[in-house]
Formats: sequence, C-alpha cells, structure tokens
Amino acid sequence: MGQNDNVISCKNVWKVFGDHPERLTGHLKPETTSEELRATGHVAAVRNVSLDIARGEMLVVMGLSGSGKSTLIRCLARLIDITDGAITVEGRDLGTMTETELIDLRRRKMGMVFQSFGLLPHRTALENVAFPLEMRGQDRISRIARASEMLNLVGLGGREGYFPRELSGGQQQRVGIARSLAVEPDIWFLDEPFSALDPLIRREMQDEFLRLKGMLAKTIVFITHDFDEALRLADRIAIMKDGAIEQIDTPERIVMAPATPYVAKFTSAVDRARVVHAGALALAVEGRAIDGPALPAIETLHALARRILQDDRALIPVAGRDGVVTGLIDRAAALDLLLGPAA
Amino acid sequence: MNPRLSHPALMLLGLALLLCLGRFALPEALIRLPEPLILPFADWINAVFAFLRDDLGLMAVTRAFSGAVEFCLDVTANLLYGKSRWPRLGPIPWVVIAATMGMAGYALAGWRLALLSAGTFVWIAVMGQWKWAMETLSVIMVAAPFSVALGLSAGTLAWRFRGVERVMNPILNIAQSLPHFAYMIPVVVFIGVGPKAGAIVTIIFSVPPMIRMTLLGLRAVPPEIIESGKMSGTTKWQLMRSVRIPAARTELLIGINQVIMQSLAMVVLASFIGMPGLGQKLLNLLQSLKIGLSVEIGITIVLLAVVLDRLSKAWAMKQPAHLEPGATWAARNRLLLIWLGLCAAGFALAAAHPYFAGVERKQALSLAVPIDAGVDGFIRLVTPLTDWLRWFLITWVLIPLRDGFLWLPFSAVLAFIAALGWLVGGVRSALICLAFILPIALSGWWDRAMITVYTVTVAVTIALLIGLPLGLWAAARPNRARRFLLLCDTLQTFPSFIYLIPVVMLFGVNDVAVVAAVMVFATVPILRFTIEGLCGVPPETIEAAEMSGAGRAQLLWHVKLPLALPTLMIGANQSIMFALFMVIIAAFIGTQDLGQEMQRALSSTDVGKGLVLGLAVAFMGLMADHLLTGWAARRRKAAG
Ligand SMILES: Nc1ncnc2c1ncn2[C@@H]1O[C@H](COP(=O)(O)OP(=O)(O)O)[C@@H](O)[C@H]1O
Ligand SMILES: [Mg+2]
Repeated sequence: MGQNDNVISCKNVWKVFGDHPERLTGHLKPETTSEELRATGHVAAVRNVSLDIARGEMLVVMGLSGSGKSTLIRCLARLIDITDGAITVEGRDLGTMTETELIDLRRRKMGMVFQSFGLLPHRTALENVAFPLEMRGQDRISRIARASEMLNLVGLGGREGYFPRELSGGQQQRVGIARSLAVEPDIWFLDEPFSALDPLIRREMQDEFLRLKGMLAKTIVFITHDFDEALRLADRIAIMKDGAIEQIDTPERIVMAPATPYVAKFTSAVDRARVVHAGALALAVEGRAIDGPALPAIETLHALARRILQDDRALIPVAGRDGVVTGLIDRAAALDLLLGPAA
Repeated sequence: MNPRLSHPALMLLGLALLLCLGRFALPEALIRLPEPLILPFADWINAVFAFLRDDLGLMAVTRAFSGAVEFCLDVTANLLYGKSRWPRLGPIPWVVIAATMGMAGYALAGWRLALLSAGTFVWIAVMGQWKWAMETLSVIMVAAPFSVALGLSAGTLAWRFRGVERVMNPILNIAQSLPHFAYMIPVVVFIGVGPKAGAIVTIIFSVPPMIRMTLLGLRAVPPEIIESGKMSGTTKWQLMRSVRIPAARTELLIGINQVIMQSLAMVVLASFIGMPGLGQKLLNLLQSLKIGLSVEIGITIVLLAVVLDRLSKAWAMKQPAHLEPGATWAARNRLLLIWLGLCAAGFALAAAHPYFAGVERKQALSLAVPIDAGVDGFIRLVTPLTDWLRWFLITWVLIPLRDGFLWLPFSAVLAFIAALGWLVGGVRSALICLAFILPIALSGWWDRAMITVYTVTVAVTIALLIGLPLGLWAAARPNRARRFLLLCDTLQTFPSFIYLIPVVMLFGVNDVAVVAAVMVFATVPILRFTIEGLCGVPPETIEAAEMSGAGRAQLLWHVKLPLALPTLMIGANQSIMFALFMVIIAAFIGTQDLGQEMQRALSSTDVGKGLVLGLAVAFMGLMADHLLTGWAARRRKAAG
C-alpha cells in the first residue's frame, strides 16, 4: 500500500448551513469562529476538515451527536455540496464532476448504508437490493441472481419476498448493507449502521461486518459513537467536535496520546488495557538481559493479563511476529494499566 | 393580551358601536356604499372572458380538451349503460359489475367491504336505478383520472419550482372556498350544458385536493430514502419515478380518495347544468316534493359515497405483503382468477335470464309507498311541533335577525371586522380582513351578502349549541367517542345535496328548511373536532390535574376545554366553510341571498356575475378562516 495511494482526500473542507452559505465560499479561514458565523445566521456542520483515506483503510469517525459526522460523510458522497475546500475521490475533484459523472461514480464505486436504513417501502427485500443494479440498466435475470447472492451473504436467504415493514430493524439494516454491496463498491460509507439495534444483535452484526470486511477489501468510512465498536473495527479513528476533527490517529495513539483535552476526556472511560498492545508499551532493550519466554507484541494487554500477572520478572521481554525480541515491558507499568495505579 | 396592542382594536370596536347607535344621524353614504362607488367587477370579468374566448382562441383549446373528455365519456357510457357509441360492447350486465365491485372490496379490505360494495350495486339494480347510477358513475370514471393526472402534474410542478407554488397557493385557497356553482357558470359559457360540461366542471372542481396531496406527499418522503436512491445511481427522472412517487404512495392515494369524493359531490350537483343521473333525478323529485322516491335515490347516493370512500381509503391504507416463496402462478393470481370466474358466471347468468342483464322498470322494487306512508305518519305526528317551530323561528328569530343584519351600516361592519382582525393579529390581520370584506361592499352585493352572513351565523350558532354538548357527551367514553367519530366520518362523505332531503321533508320549502339543512351540515365538523379535541388532551395532563384534586367539572372547565380549544376552533372554521357551501346549494329551495343570485347567473350564463358572487362567498370563508386559524395559533402558542 503506497503512501500516496489515497482514495479520498479532503482539503480544508467546510460545510455551512444557514441563510446564504454560498456567500461564504472563499471567505472561510481556519480561524473563523462559530460566533462570527452565527452572527450572520450560519452554522458550520463541518469546519476545515482535511484528511486522507488510503486504499483498503477503515476509518472510523466518532463524535457526539451533532458533531457533523453525517454531514461529513454526505459531503464525501456529494449528497450535499460543500461550502469551501476540495474533496478528491480517486484523484478526481468531486466538486467539478458533472451530474452524469457523479451518477457513474455512484453506480460503479460507491455504496452507502444509512442510519435509518433508507429502504424503499414499496419494494421487497430482493427488489431493494436489486435497485442499484436496475438503475444502471443491468438485465433482470442477472440482477436478481446478484441480489439473492447478496441477501444470502448477509444471512437473509429466504426473506427475498418480504417488504421492509415486515422485517425487524436488524433485518432491514442487513438489507441496506446488501444493497450497498450489490454494485461491488470500492468505497463503502456506513453511517451508524448498528445504532438502531439492541446490544445482542449489534454484536452479531459487528462480527458479521468484520467477516465481510475480511472477505471484501474495501476502503471504508464508518460512523459510530460507540467506542468499543470503533476499537473492534478501526484502522484509524477520527474524533470530531463541533464540525472539526480534533484528532485522527490509530486507536492506540488516540487513547495513549490524546492530542487535545477534549479527546482525552472523550476516551477517559475506555479500558486502556483493551486498546494498548504489548508492543506499544515496550521499552528499548538497551543492553538489558533478556531471558525466558517473550510476550507477543500484537496482543493487547487485556489478552495478556493472566500471563503478566503470573510472570514475576520486573521486565518482561516482548517479541514480534517473527519471534525476535523487540523490547521489554515494565511489569509494574503494565499492572498499573490493567488494574489501575496502586493506591 | 398586550394592552397597547388591543388599544386600536378597542377603538375600532367603539367606532363600530358608535356607527350603529348613531345610525339615524349617519349620512346615507356610510350606511350603504353610494352607487357611483360600486365597481362593475362583473363587466370586467365578462370582458376578460370575452377576450379569452374570442380573441385568444381559448375556445379552440377547450374544444379540444372537451373533445377528449367526450370521447372517454362515450366509452364509459357505452360500457356501463349501453349508450350506442364506440366500442359498442356494453351494457355490461349489472351482475358482472356488482361482482367486480364486490371483488374489489374483498381484495382491498376483506369480506365486510366486499358485502357492502356488492350489496350496494345489487340494491341499485333491484331498485331500478341502474341507468341513473351508471350515468353518474360513468362521469366519475372519466373525471377522476383526468383530475388525478392534472393534479399530479400541477403538484409536481409546484413541488419542483417554488415560484409555481407561490403563485398556486393563493389560487388554491380561493378555489377551495369557491362554492360549487361558481365553477359551473364559466364551464357553461365555454362548453354549454349537458354531460360533457358536467364532466368538465367535475374535473376542475376536484383537482385542488390532488395538487395539495401531491405536494404534501412529495415533501414528506424521508430524506434518507431520497439519498439512498441517489446513492443507487439514479438519474433525476429515475429518482422521481422509482423513488419519490412510490414513496409518496399513501398521500397520493389519499388525494385520489378526495378526488373521487369531490367528483361525486360535484356530479350530483351538476344536475343543475343538465347532467343526467342520480343528481338530476333527486333534484326533480325534491322539487315536486316526492319524498319516498327522493329517499330511495338518497339512499343510493349515500351508499355509493360510502362504498367509493371505503374502497379508495382501503386502497390507500393497503400495505404490500409478501407471498410465500415458491408459490404457484395460480396462488399468486388467486384474486384475479376468482374475479374472472365470477365475471364468467355473471355473463352466463345474464345470458340465461334477462333480469340479470338489466332490471326493467316494471320489475323494479320500490320502497316509495311504505316510505311515503311512514313519512306521512311521522309528519302528521310532528307537524304541530314543526309548524310551531317554523312559525316561532321565522317570526321571532329569523326575520328579526335578518332585518337586524340588513339594518347594520356597512361602515360599522367594516369597523367591527377590522377590530376583530386587529385583536387576532394586529394591523396586518386587520388589513387582510378588510381586503376580503371591502370588495364585497364594492361589488354592490352587500345586502345579499348580509343575508348569507345571517343564515350562516344562525346556522353555525345552532350547530355550536347542538354540536358542543353532544361532543362533550360523546367524548366522555372512548367507545362512544369512536362510534361518533365513525358516524361523523361517514356523514362527511355524503354529498351535501343529500342533507336537503330530510329538511324538505320536515319543513317544506322555506327559510327554516335552509337554515336547518345548513345547520345539520355544519354540526358534523363541530361534533367531530370537539370529540377529537377532548380525546386529544394528553392523559398525563389529566392525571396531573386529578392528582391535584380537580373534580370532574373543574377538570372539564379548567383543563380539557382550554386544551381542546384550538382543535375546536378548527371545527368551527370548517363548520363555517361547510355552512357557506350549503347555503349556496340550498338556494334552490328558496333564499334571497347570494346563492339565489348565483342560480340566476347560472341560468342566464352570466360569468361575470357568477364569479363575483362566488368570490364574495369565498372571501367571506377565507376571512373567517384567517380570523379563526389566527386566533387558534395564538392560543396554541400561549399554551406552549
Ligand atoms: N440540512 C441541514 N440544515 C441545517 N442544519 C443542519 C442540516 N443538517 C445538519 N445540520 C446541522 O449540522 C450539525 C451536524 O449535524 P450531523 O452531521 O447530522 O451530526 P451527527 O451526524 O454527528 O450527529 C448539527 O448541528 C445539525 O443541526
Ligand atoms: Mg448522524
């Protein structure tokens, strides 16, 4: 994966709602405050966002409700036009695309799963999934075959003829997921796809999602406000506040090295032991003695808790995938992280 | 209320009072608008129409349109009652039509509607009213699709272009408060009289609700559905056809329901411009006071109204349901097969015995004789009461009130109206109200308008006196409330013409009958909204009041009624609208108000006069609407 192989990149993107947002185009600067905007009757739902998403990456966007997550994702799909800045998708400027180019992009490259499903109420599950294929003119037989395949993939085989209102929330959401996958998109947007589900089904759906993600290599932007969900799924996490991105980084760094007090507060309730890998905690060897078995660097401390507790060495070696020792963990520090600082 | 705000209103009220008290000293010009100030609106409108017709060649356009309508009318007329026109297949035997309607009822809502629907058509046939009913239905079958298509296109345009909506909105407001007759006169000018004109006036009259429901439906589609459509790569046209319109299905079908009901109401009234069918029959029978036969026709119209309403509502409410996977073709098309079977059986039956093809006049049953006997007996019983009531009302209530309304100087009325407007919405509302009432004074129809106002005032007051207590009583028990609401629903589907039958039966043809008809018609919305308002009070509020020890009467007076008031005002508003419509319809049993003049304009095809009168009625309705909705909105805001 090359460093410059970015599928989506945003440069200073603004989305302002209000009386006359078009007048603000070109006048928005990073230091423009909400008060200045409010004085003219505007709200910035997305403010000065710059980010790059690499091919095959899964970016999770987090933030309180109203922080602009949905607006950002809608800008990325150009469901709404941005007020200022630029978004490129696969190297092409989204803002200058014509209607036809945009339709083509959505037909071939993009899929989206909506928070409240957005299923067409008058169509069966099968017809809903086949809808994007129908719109791009695929013939009936092949689109029905493809749609059934997708429904089977999300575990809804046998429910093809059901109408959305005859399905449970979780099932409807799976129809939405199947529909978004029907055109084999390279870029997959998911807006709080599991938020309407109860915890049990949600867990089930996350497992299913991880399975799908493993099967289909896609660039994914995933919105959630559930940190555990983010930790299970993310390559990188972006934390948004009042439309701006506070920090965009790996889960570990978000937790261990918060860029702002807000991020620190946001992540304060997270169980660090579930996030931090042994490798991240390791100190350089610096000529200290290494003996005995080593801990795997890619496991989280949580997974290694029993072994660390039972190990009585003050410094425990850590080894990478290839078995080569890369560093040493200070056992006391690890125990502090696992059990909380000693009183 | 803000004292500074109410100050000018109080002054205006004082002015009105002063003008009344000092009437004897007033110059004539303040009592009635002097002749030279009266503007010849009618002449202007006539000039515009003459220009449209003669110079703009609109005649050619209307000819082409009415040609298309006439062709469709001939087709349905041939199929339904065998008029000898292309395609020369009809008439379809009545058993087949009854079976088809029954099947439609079954498919949409199950057995009960199937029985009601088939039963209605059996009744029509057996009572020997088949031809009249089919004449009426053949027009609805043509007019409704035209209205739906027009309404859908206009509604879509208004949804797409804000400018169109902005222009269309006030036009729709006026159109929906114009009395039926105001639509007829221009049509008579352009098309003449007869079924074709009846169909066209029906089409025009029933378009507005479809436009509104289209606009509403397209607006109400959840944004996520639209976005998911866009993400599926739809073009604009695909989005409209495959996402927006299907997602607005329920609203559009409710629009169709309203179109059908409006068509029925209009088609019945179109008998005034030579439309044959049930309406004309009823009109003739009523005019010759043949009560038994009118009741028979009335029952048919009512049954048809209920069936058409239930069928189209069931269609709107019907949700798609999945079929078991692997169902056979026969299982998937079960209803179609049953229907085909029934039709085949119907045709066979008709071939076997002519009774099942068409019921001859001499074979028809009639309830007229027993009904007449029953009614006569009943009338004899109540005559002393109705006679006394009639005498009392005419001498002691109606005539004095009417004279009182006519006595009022127009300047005092203007000041009073402006004061009301000011109370409700400040200077803006006062000006709006004046803008509605001043043209009536300027048109020179002031006296007639005051008679209309007097009839409506009396009728709505009585309607309030009956509807409110009845509503209070009905709302006391949930079950009772539900039954009453169902009754109101059903009564509201009846074409207004029907309400004339019982009052003519009881009071004959005079002022009291008019007031009674208007009153009955206006009571329904009051009753309905009283119940809805009272039942809509949140239970937590009631529980909270009960916890603070409110008794039943206190609960009613201090909690329920104030909270139900805004809803009640909607009821009063609708009641006034209904009353205005009814007053004009009732004109043919003898009034001296705008309605009577409108009938004259209709018979002399005077477009200008007809429209001026119609607009006068519409303006009164719109003014009442402005005052009442403004007031209800204030109350609601005050209640939080
Ligand atoms: N169509 C709109 N018009 C005006 N304001 C909007 C619109 N959509 C979103 N907003 C505002 O933008 C902000 C961000 O909203 P949203 O992106 O939906 O937040 P999130 O998805 O993080 O909950 C909110 O303050 C919201 O009120
Ligand atoms: Mg959101």
